[in-house]
Amino acid sequence: MRAHAILVNSLLAALAFVSLFPLLWMLSVSFMPPGAASTLPPPLLPSAPTLDNYRDLFARMGMGRYFFNSFLVAVSVTVGSVAFNVMAGYAFAKLQFAGRERIFRGLIGALVIPAQVAMMPLFLELKALGLVNSYGGVIVPALATIFGIYLVRQTARSIPDELLEAARIDGASDLAIFLRIVVPLLKPIIVTLAVFSFLASWNDFMWPLIVLTDSQHYTLPVALASLSREHVQDNELMMAGSVVTVIPVLVLFLALQRHYIAGLLAGSVKG
Amino acid sequence: MTTRIAAWSFAAPALIVIGGFFLLPVAVAFALSFTDFDLYALASLENLRFVGLRNYLELLQAPLFWQALGNTLYFVVLGVPLSIGLSLGAALLLNSPLARAQAFFRTALFAPVVTTLVAVAIVWRYLFHTRYGWVNQGLAALGIDPIDWLGDPHWSMPTIILLAVWKNFGYNMVILLAALQAIPRELYESARIDGAGRRQEFVHVTLPSLGPVLSLVSILTMAGYFQLFAEPYVMTEGGPLRSTFSVLYFMFDQGFKWWNLGVASAIAFLLFALVLAASEGLLRFARSRGIA
Repeated sequence: MRAHAILVNSLLAALAFVSLFPLLWMLSVSFMPPGAASTLPPPLLPSAPTLDNYRDLFARMGMGRYFFNSFLVAVSVTVGSVAFNVMAGYAFAKLQFAGRERIFRGLIGALVIPAQVAMMPLFLELKALGLVNSYGGVIVPALATIFGIYLVRQTARSIPDELLEAARIDGASDLAIFLRIVVPLLKPIIVTLAVFSFLASWNDFMWPLIVLTDSQHYTLPVALASLSREHVQDNELMMAGSVVTVIPVLVLFLALQRHYIAGLLAGSVKG
Repeated sequence: MTTRIAAWSFAAPALIVIGGFFLLPVAVAFALSFTDFDLYALASLENLRFVGLRNYLELLQAPLFWQALGNTLYFVVLGVPLSIGLSLGAALLLNSPLARAQAFFRTALFAPVVTTLVAVAIVWRYLFHTRYGWVNQGLAALGIDPIDWLGDPHWSMPTIILLAVWKNFGYNMVILLAALQAIPRELYESARIDGAGRRQEFVHVTLPSLGPVLSLVSILTMAGYFQLFAEPYVMTEGGPLRSTFSVLYFMFDQGFKWWNLGVASAIAFLLFALVLAASEGLLRFARSRGIA
């Protein structure tokens, strides 16, 4: 039994080491002066920690701009898509309208279509709308998701009809019912959805790479990919860039982990 | 009556976004895949011609398409089982009553999932650096000669697979852990009364109970792995010798580098059809074994 316990825990420790080492190493190298990591044997910790790489990134390479772009896009997508998905999810769960079930089944069926199938016409459409190479080109197509509507609908179905009926008899408008009764009851799923949207938008790469053609509007992943092609040898600098990109989502995840995992399970086990 | 209008106004914004910026483009992409939409058509639609199945037929005769498809299948066939296997192993370890500090380990093992793929791909490229990367340093300590991970066409795809497995296994681990915790304790107790050992317990209780969840996460993971793009784009630019050039990379190059949007749409639909067929095949296999 004792030997077994040691085996289980050392295997877990080994997995944790493999999971965390690349991230910790990235952090460590980001504090090394240029060139320090390219010596033999490569150092594990900076002998003279410095913030030069970060200073370089923000002062000379426009990292502040990319950070702002990523933040603006992710916040807009989160606020917009949470609002739209919650409204629609509630409507599909609790409000009567013609074709409700048929439309919902159609949406669920469309979940199997991979996003890239839409990319070529979407580019042409956004070009016609003047949204190529603008924040709008990244934000607008992400303002609603089938998965988000599904998640909200599943939760909203458990709201008792009597509660909504009673409010309606008291003369509350549909908007008042939504804002004062439905939204407070859906708060946990709203937080979950918000974390999901923010992380997905922050980490998204392929679509921003396509639709943002000029570096003024680059989000962090697109900027980082482009910088890493120019600065193949500047490992310390690129590690600092990776830290700036990864830290915000890691911190957000650690703070709201419970909600994130809850959404992950709700989305996949029932689906 | 007011509620009917209200119902529509609640549903409309999301439906307009999904309809206008996803479903409509998908339908147009299908039409586009039967045209020769290229740079000239981008300038003026008068240059657009209907070409029937030509895009599809030419793709099926193009060596580059088959190479991209072969690379993608290599990534899927090796990556998915490794990914699911590691997820299952980690979930079993976390679920063991002997495991200490479960919350810490769960968070640590899950952390790579939330990181930005582009950023960790850059870290990975450095980790596997021939001279200064810690992977070769570690191998040197074991007396193994340095490997040119990303420069050797035999090792480039395995390196990318390792990155994908590292980045993704935590996701399915959490789902499988929840499924393990949902297995009724009585099943284990009655197995024990029947004299089952640990291994028999795993084969006769744990695996059958996990069956439906395992086949679901396998299908979802497979569908995701077919979309290989960012890893080779950042780490190898599809090389060396196109050894990491994927189908989606091919679509990206055709569509947004050469502006052959008709050909790119045909590639997208071929990939879609392939994912559907593979999912269906996996589902049938699971059903024939009675686990879905």
